[in-house]
Amino acid sequence: MRERTFAPSRFLIYLCVLLIAAAYLAPLVVVVLNSLRTNEEIAQASMIGWPQQWAWSNYARAWSGFCVAETCAGIRPYMLNSALVTIPATIISTLLGAIAGYAVSLWRFRGDNWIYGIVTLGLFLPQQMRLLPWTIVLRDIGLINTLTGLVLIHTIQGLSFTTLFCRNYYIAIPHELIRAARIDGAGFFRIFWRIILPLSAPILIVTVIWQFTHIWNEFLYGVTFTTGQQQPVTAALIALSAAIADIPQHGVQSAAVIIAALPTLLIYLLGGRYFVRGLTAGAVK
Amino acid sequence: MTDIASPATGRPAISGAVGRLPEYLMIWVPLLLSAAHLISFSLWTIWISFTPSTLVPVTGWVGMRNYNAVLASRNWQIAFDNLLLFGSAFVLLSLITGLMLAILLDQRIRGENVLRSIFLYPLAVSFVVTGTVWSWLLNPGIGIQKLVHDLGWTSFRFDWLVDRDMAIWTIVIAAIWQSSGFAMALFLAGLRSVDADIIKAAQIDGAGAIRTYWRVILPTLWPITITVIVVQLQFAISAFDLVRALTNGGPGIATQLPALVVYDLMFQRSQLGRGAAAAVLMLLILLAVLLPYAAWRYVQRRRATHA
Repeated sequence: MRERTFAPSRFLIYLCVLLIAAAYLAPLVVVVLNSLRTNEEIAQASMIGWPQQWAWSNYARAWSGFCVAETCAGIRPYMLNSALVTIPATIISTLLGAIAGYAVSLWRFRGDNWIYGIVTLGLFLPQQMRLLPWTIVLRDIGLINTLTGLVLIHTIQGLSFTTLFCRNYYIAIPHELIRAARIDGAGFFRIFWRIILPLSAPILIVTVIWQFTHIWNEFLYGVTFTTGQQQPVTAALIALSAAIADIPQHGVQSAAVIIAALPTLLIYLLGGRYFVRGLTAGAVK
Repeated sequence: MTDIASPATGRPAISGAVGRLPEYLMIWVPLLLSAAHLISFSLWTIWISFTPSTLVPVTGWVGMRNYNAVLASRNWQIAFDNLLLFGSAFVLLSLITGLMLAILLDQRIRGENVLRSIFLYPLAVSFVVTGTVWSWLLNPGIGIQKLVHDLGWTSFRFDWLVDRDMAIWTIVIAAIWQSSGFAMALFLAGLRSVDADIIKAAQIDGAGAIRTYWRVILPTLWPITITVIVVQLQFAISAFDLVRALTNGGPGIATQLPALVVYDLMFQRSQLGRGAAAAVLMLLILLAVLLPYAAWRYVQRRRATHA
């Protein structure tokens, strides 16, 4: 355990860990290899195999070639849609959440605990309870089937998480700091910009990673509120598998899957520590 | 959720000089929008569930008719049975997997960081991607079964994806692959925070490694275990993307789950009233998990402050 142990048990431990690690990596490896095999090659053998010839063209076709429902532009427009939804919604919800978290943790105002309690209920309320109302709201304000509509949804719903993350971080800041700044004549925003924001880098990174990953990977709202060319990439992937179910093109599909998963995988690789911190912070509400 | 770490007097009030309009707007508009949408959307969906709405929302009162119709439908019954099976199997197996991984990683092994990243990376991938990839691997015509056949073992069968009775287990497999790393991360943090003195004391008493784990270390993990169970159940109850990508509820309706029933009623059959009723039923199932958890947390916290 936490002391020196005999070699045979060490060997067993390593064997177990490495076998399980291989099992976790296997699906990724299979898809990466598939994305480099020709469709014919996969059709003759199985999805699991080493490329006979490296079909790099799969990526070109996945990016801008194959057809979904009579539009042959590949996955590129949908990647762009996802980026145009995810980036603004992440930034706006993080900023608003930081200010709200700062207000409820370091300031006192009428109803502060109440409003915070209600906002955090958003962590638990299932999406299904909000689907119909959002449909009607989006239709009434003319944002149904638009990327702006998705930005609005993800911003408002993300506030529950961003406010909670920031509030739990700011609560540890000593109140004396705020009091001293107030005596010096600093107001609400000045204190935020000058004192709080410079201290916030860790929690802002955690929040941004959390929001980006969740919004990029979100599917239900994307498929419900947008159609055709307006869909985010998760919805487009489903449409793609349905569209080419008759003539499977698993090589190209694998390349599309890799491209769609790449942004969040890269963020995970670059900011893994913050990613895990977000996971645990989100769990221990 | 709302532990008051600071006495109310410690925080300066927003009033007078700092209580100007821009401050109020910046604080209240986002918070009010968020709170208002949560409350009004929930109430509105609950109200719709009692109306005869079909294609469009209409006023009127039908009492429990939508609920009775949903509860009596084969779709919902199968979805509910599936949820019980999927929820318990997935939560139990991912707890075991996560705990095992955490204990293995806690053995001062080399390359721990790399291994931890490997067990956690599926969490960064969308359920749509996970579901799609596993639908290929588990497809008997092109996946693992085909590979084994090509290798020469032609009587090998692994066709759960197209087997009505076993298809739900493909969702269990994919869900465990995706999220057991989460259980591992929480358990590992728990293992690392166990007091080293307790462990030493147990070893001095002559307890072996397995005995020390079983009798001394694991009992300290049960609060984490409950948190993991609740978070994973929350995922299981609202699972949608994964099923949509992996089996789409099939074969037939064999892998139907509540979230798919809601979507089907609302957007494919235009039965808004029944769809809303199914959504409220989902919420009730969720509350059956969350309310006891909240009560438990409350008691825990009271005890902690009194001790």
